[in-house]
Amino acid sequence: MSDAAFLGMPSFPKAARNALADTQLRRNLAHATGTIRQKRADVVGELDDWEELREAGRAIKERTLRHLDHYLLQLEERVTAAGGQVHWARDGEEACRIVTDLIRATGEREVVKVKSMATQEIGLNEALADAGIAAYETDLAELIVQLGEDHPSHILVPAIHRNRAEIREIFLRAMAEYGAAAPADLGDDPRQLAEAARQHLREKFLRAKVGISGANFLVADTGTAVVVESEGNGRMCLTLPETLISVVGIEKTVPTWQDLEVFLQLLPRSSTGERMNPYTSTWTGTAADDGPRAFHLVLLDGGRTDTLADPIGRQALNCIRCSACLNVCPVYERVGGHAYGSVYPGPIGAILGPQLRGTSSEVDRSLPFASTLCGACYDVCPVKINIPEVLVHLRARVVDESRERRMPTPERLAMTAARWVLSEPSRLGTAQRAASAGGRLLSRRGRIGRLPGPLSAWTDARDAPVPAEESFRTWWRRTRDERT
Amino acid sequence: MRIALFITCFNDTLYPATGRAVVTLLERLGCTVEFPMEQTCCGQMHFNTGYQRECVPLVRRFTEVFAGYDAVVTPSGSCAGMVREYHGRVAEVSGDARLASAVQALPEVYELSEFLVDVLQVTDVGAYFPHRVTYHPTCHSLRMLGVGDKPLTLLRAVRGIDLVELPAAEQCCGFGGTFAVKNSDTSVAMCADKVRHVLDTGAEVLSAGDNSCLMHIGGTLSRLRTGVRTVHLAEILASTEEKPATDGPQPSPLPRRTTEGVRSR
Amino acid sequence: MSAREDVLSRIRRALADVGDTEAPADVPVPRHYSPGGTPPAGSQEAVKLLAERLADYGAAVQRVTAETVATAVARAIAVRGGDCVVVPRGFPREWQAGLAPERVLSDAPRLSVHELDRADGVVTTAAAAIAGTGTLVLDGGPGQGRRALTLVPDYHLCVVRAEQVVASVPEALARLDPLRPLTFVSGPSATSDIELDRVEGVHGPRTLEVLLIG
Repeated sequence: MSDAAFLGMPSFPKAARNALADTQLRRNLAHATGTIRQKRADVVGELDDWEELREAGRAIKERTLRHLDHYLLQLEERVTAAGGQVHWARDGEEACRIVTDLIRATGEREVVKVKSMATQEIGLNEALADAGIAAYETDLAELIVQLGEDHPSHILVPAIHRNRAEIREIFLRAMAEYGAAAPADLGDDPRQLAEAARQHLREKFLRAKVGISGANFLVADTGTAVVVESEGNGRMCLTLPETLISVVGIEKTVPTWQDLEVFLQLLPRSSTGERMNPYTSTWTGTAADDGPRAFHLVLLDGGRTDTLADPIGRQALNCIRCSACLNVCPVYERVGGHAYGSVYPGPIGAILGPQLRGTSSEVDRSLPFASTLCGACYDVCPVKINIPEVLVHLRARVVDESRERRMPTPERLAMTAARWVLSEPSRLGTAQRAASAGGRLLSRRGRIGRLPGPLSAWTDARDAPVPAEESFRTWWRRTRDERT
Repeated sequence: MRIALFITCFNDTLYPATGRAVVTLLERLGCTVEFPMEQTCCGQMHFNTGYQRECVPLVRRFTEVFAGYDAVVTPSGSCAGMVREYHGRVAEVSGDARLASAVQALPEVYELSEFLVDVLQVTDVGAYFPHRVTYHPTCHSLRMLGVGDKPLTLLRAVRGIDLVELPAAEQCCGFGGTFAVKNSDTSVAMCADKVRHVLDTGAEVLSAGDNSCLMHIGGTLSRLRTGVRTVHLAEILASTEEKPATDGPQPSPLPRRTTEGVRSR
Repeated sequence: MSAREDVLSRIRRALADVGDTEAPADVPVPRHYSPGGTPPAGSQEAVKLLAERLADYGAAVQRVTAETVATAVARAIAVRGGDCVVVPRGFPREWQAGLAPERVLSDAPRLSVHELDRADGVVTTAAAAIAGTGTLVLDGGPGQGRRALTLVPDYHLCVVRAEQVVASVPEALARLDPLRPLTFVSGPSATSDIELDRVEGVHGPRTLEVLLIG
């Protein structure tokens, strides 16, 4: 269902066009993002040290990333000392293989899963299915996506593109196939839908022998893993099975236990707009009489070291997956998550995806351009990732890679011509006179309407201005020149 | 104080009235403004579209043209933002240490409202503009430069003005430079919402500190025959009873149909 | 080369711009945020704030005294706890004085998940509470039991003493032992996955009731 990048995705503008045509989707998104934006603003407003927390969060991440090898080795040592086992994976395929082997060793054929971006990113469910292992998603939204054979479209609320009526329909149709059926009289009240999910999943929790999770944070100096959640499905998967396997990106490390005091304040307020999420679980290796007897931590690279190698792009690894940037993004609000073509949509997806995966696919090359650079994402980011800065940086990477092709694109020709014109004031003056003359030819009653060819991308919906008869510099020379 | 006007290539070509308004306004406030004729462009379009190498000669020219002034004033939040945030980066990309130090040595580049409020320390510029106006705080002014409510403070002091609040003002209009053509469907959808909010205010004039955003929103207002004019902040502030702003961007043609077409988009 | 060595060497290559002499502590981490302390730990204000914040996220809260706690426990269980409640080892004897012994389920010997699933509720103490966020912290200490006990039954009654209440997250973390499995509980389980409409009660206890002593 999910892969690093969803297979065969078109470029962002093409996918966005389809999404924009879906009025139901746009209504669902506008409602949901509007709600969460307000909730976040309210709880962030309660703290007068929010900016100091953000700065601390950013700095802790910077310290971690600049010394990631040191912290990972410390983490490995502490987890091992506490009875856990640490595995390393160069890429998603290797991580899937490690997890599959670990499950096979238990003899189990099914696992319950906590919502985890890392396991989605590596396509773990598909890999397990190929190995004959059923992986049950237990987060409500992930369940909706899994039952609906759909793609996630939001980091926090993967089924944000679905409304209650659609969810009811999915539950009625698909639950019976995977386990306990939905009650026949199921309504579309979110309360009833949540109750149906509780009933459907309970038997799976109670019989599960293997749980799979990610982690929001890994604490290097104690070897502690942290999962932040709301529903209690996470606690079920982390507590009841005999074996727990956590697949975690190497960048999720934080140096010290004390550092959590920053992130446990930043994350819930940025993410769900709550002062604190209902449940946060922390565990260090295994405990004698509590929870799984075996704990495996799979540390995933999967393009993170490539991202780390770029001093400007590196800050994308600060991300704590809160999704505040999605909720404020005017582009995301209108096109939704699917157009971004991977499990990481929105502004963070536009800078993370092309770095984790590279820019070989059409969609990954188009992602850095899927933004107006309005900066709303940077303003809300709890770890101060300067997303616009990374976007323009990645645009340059995409353009520079295209320079290696023999045939220049029309855009490159235009940009080269513009540079030539703008490099000399005299050329600019000549171009202005030409534009003015051309503009007057095209204009009617002071405006330029629909034009053919590439200009239609602008003029299909918007009039264009007519270049002035007299440019500013000509006016200045005519009226003021003697004074300069 | 030697003040240079950086008009921007965009205003120079398409919106010279804005530049004339800046000159009128600053001279009325007792400043002497110089216009270095050798100026061209800050390189923003190239930089933001990924053509960083093409930016290098533009940034080099900028540093040469504006070296030695005490302050540079520009009627564009996004161009001021480009200079302040990214000229250093372009210099870095060029690998030219001399360019990097030239960028370092550049005088402060101010967006107009910053210059008025922070440097000249005036909020009442003696303007008169008897119209119903709503103001769109452009993204780069708001979030990159952090001009805050300086433009609104200036507008509130204008005599005769009926300033009305724009709903969801801080949402981007969808311009985004080449985004408007590369992702034109999304851009148009964003602008439709912005236009709907503008119409909800009942304003006859939409103002902003960036003509690029005004061109975008105005292009839609004009296409829909809404009758709402776009006027740059500088032109409102330059306007007086004796010399009203008459030569601003053209008003869009009179309404041909109701605004229902916009509302239902 | 093992994956471990490979990943570590990729990291070192990626960090070519970081000087060899730079130590982790050389990267400054400014901690100018509030360390907490307002209201003071254990104060009446802190307890009051905790009560408000817990209630705000859907927990039922009662202020009680050392004298009335046993009665309050018995009454709460009678009203909401159903027929049988789990009482973990170490839960103060005097606090359970009002409970009928035949309604009390012990986790020694260890209950199976299915037995636990048949229990109606659980009553526990806590390790700490955070007033500003309305959070209870369980660390498996005396009177709290293993994590599954406060998870599988549908009703959780938690008794908190005033001196356990701190104002902020930093104060709470400083008091806790990271080597123990910890659970931070802020209200009953909840989801906002459907249209971002918050619904309380999914997989964890759907009712959280808190007795605050002092």
